[in-house]
Amino acid sequence: MSTPTTIIRPKKLFSLSDLKELWEYRELLYFFTWRDLKVRYKQTFIGALWAIFQPFITMVVFTVFFGGLLKIPSDGVPYPIFVYTGLLFWQFFSGALADTSNVLITNQSIITKVYFPRLILPLSSVATKFVDFFIASIILIGMMFYYGYVPNLIGLLVIPVLLLITFMASVGLGLFFASINVKYRDVRYILPFFIQILMFVTPVIYPAGIAGKYSWILALNPMMGVIQSARAALLGTTVLNWLLVVISLVATAVLLLFGIYIFKKTEKYFADLI
Amino acid sequence: METIIEVKNISKKYNINHQKGGYVALRDVLTNIFKNPFNFLKSKTKEIIGLDRKEEFWALKDLNFEIKKGEMVGIIGRNGAGKSTLLKILSQITPPTTGEIKIKGRVGSLLEVGTGFHPELSGRENIFLNGAILGMKKKEIEEKFDDIVEFAGIEKFIDTPVKYYSSGMYVRLAFSVAAHMEPDILIVDEVLAVGDAEFQKKCLGKMEDITKNKERTILFVSHNMGAVKQLCNKTILVQDGKIIDFGETEKIIEKYLSISKENSSEKWENKGDEFNNDYFKPEKFYISKDTDENMWINIEATIKKIDDSLTIGYALYSEDNILLYWSYQTDTKKADWPKLKIGVNLIKSKLPTDILNSGIFYIKMIGGLHKTMWIFSPNKPSPTITLNLEKNFTQSAYWTQKRIGILAPAINWEN
Repeated sequence: MSTPTTIIRPKKLFSLSDLKELWEYRELLYFFTWRDLKVRYKQTFIGALWAIFQPFITMVVFTVFFGGLLKIPSDGVPYPIFVYTGLLFWQFFSGALADTSNVLITNQSIITKVYFPRLILPLSSVATKFVDFFIASIILIGMMFYYGYVPNLIGLLVIPVLLLITFMASVGLGLFFASINVKYRDVRYILPFFIQILMFVTPVIYPAGIAGKYSWILALNPMMGVIQSARAALLGTTVLNWLLVVISLVATAVLLLFGIYIFKKTEKYFADLI
Repeated sequence: METIIEVKNISKKYNINHQKGGYVALRDVLTNIFKNPFNFLKSKTKEIIGLDRKEEFWALKDLNFEIKKGEMVGIIGRNGAGKSTLLKILSQITPPTTGEIKIKGRVGSLLEVGTGFHPELSGRENIFLNGAILGMKKKEIEEKFDDIVEFAGIEKFIDTPVKYYSSGMYVRLAFSVAAHMEPDILIVDEVLAVGDAEFQKKCLGKMEDITKNKERTILFVSHNMGAVKQLCNKTILVQDGKIIDFGETEKIIEKYLSISKENSSEKWENKGDEFNNDYFKPEKFYISKDTDENMWINIEATIKKIDDSLTIGYALYSEDNILLYWSYQTDTKKADWPKLKIGVNLIKSKLPTDILNSGIFYIKMIGGLHKTMWIFSPNKPSPTITLNLEKNFTQSAYWTQKRIGILAPAINWEN
């Protein structure tokens, strides 16, 4: 076995060896994700059901108030399945964003004691949310059977792309917040508020078309493209807008690179600041 | 023999932001910008053109040394000498400001036992988690699992969440995982300071086994001279961020002890502009003695601005860096506080020598504006003096030599 040589010097911004290193540490990514899932399911009484329970109850409440009492339009599909599709992607995004933003603070005792590529931490918090997403989508499948929706093949193919967009958006934004969170400790109190506001400018509880000619403003938000396309693909609410998907894909890729850039730039100070 | 670690011109600089202690709030930064846009612009421009007088602190300055394969090297030095910073750089937790280090082989660093242990998870689960954090592969952990459990002696409780473990069991399990790492280079910081004496011996034995059998290199930082002597054949002596000497352990420890006797400076003096601030700029910090038992901590300082919330005092640490207590000049009722005036002030406080044991103590100035800012934060360098206390204990015929324990009060018994 050849012995690897490590060279420690004042940090450079980014190099290809960083990617190689991430790959070498993939088992740690797995263990962090496994820890987060295990701990959460041990701490709550209903365990894994929590991942289903939370979006389900939210869906019921939203259906009663927004669909039933306020009669918010839902592009001609039953409101419960309409809002649940939105919620599924939204909760993946918002959960991953919130966890990624706080990940350095919650793991500070490890960061100050052991070396590993710090990017592992935000990646593992997204992976945790990804597992939740899969568990929660069981309900969606059930609802699609109940209401008799059959997704077309192209619709199913676009779902992984939408997940990729959601992943890049939450990690990109999350890395940015995580970096400033280390330096400015009040950021973590603003974040939940910010995320809540973000939900209302994202067409989760209402259709994107509701904003009429101003809907382009909503299009600045990549999650709008994701949710609208998911509904189009699974429920056939509108025709799938490929242009929108591509724009979201490019925009979030830029966002992700920006997040990684900021994260890498501040990474060297983490252990000194925390 | 092959050189396995090569350290060249390593320096580490910290910026001490002595205006604010602790964390920065974005809220404060923003309100500052809005309240005082010109000041903000001024300081920003100063920063950009390099006129900014940020206080710098070189934790390490130009270190150069080489370590050969299979060596066990101790690193000793006083508190704040830069030992921990050196370890943090070697284990890549923080990057150096300048210089370069070449390391050949896998590095395992053990700056703490049980890093990443989660109280909710069982012993079994924590072995895997902790092992992975320490850089072991899953397969490797599986192979060594039984050895780890056996060494820790917790077979019965392996599936119990570690939050129900006694602190001894916890430490034993944590150390056991660490001891089974098989890196080419192991970096160990003071972790042996925990756990009972018997287990410490077992750990030292284990570490000796590791190096003897497999040509592993170990770097070991400790205040425990006995452990360093037992384990290390070579030792580095660090002081004020520099390497004073590097050589045979016996010789270096002798040198260290003689230096710390000489240097047990019972006096600190401001060299000019250190810790400059308007509220309390320290000038002198020293111990004075009336008799051998009556010792006083003296703080002399210049005050330009009187602030009612000023709390100044000292923290007393034992030789192995355990905090014994803090004391502020404002600890009693307000009428009894020393009166402070603009100009040079001297405040003093009697050291409770009657409860302390013989030994070396570090006395560190701490203080600030109550709940607003630190002037001397306990986590950052501040004026520190050393006290070598030799007590004559009591008049008892049975208590004639130093007892174990941090404290040694003579307490009355009655019936």
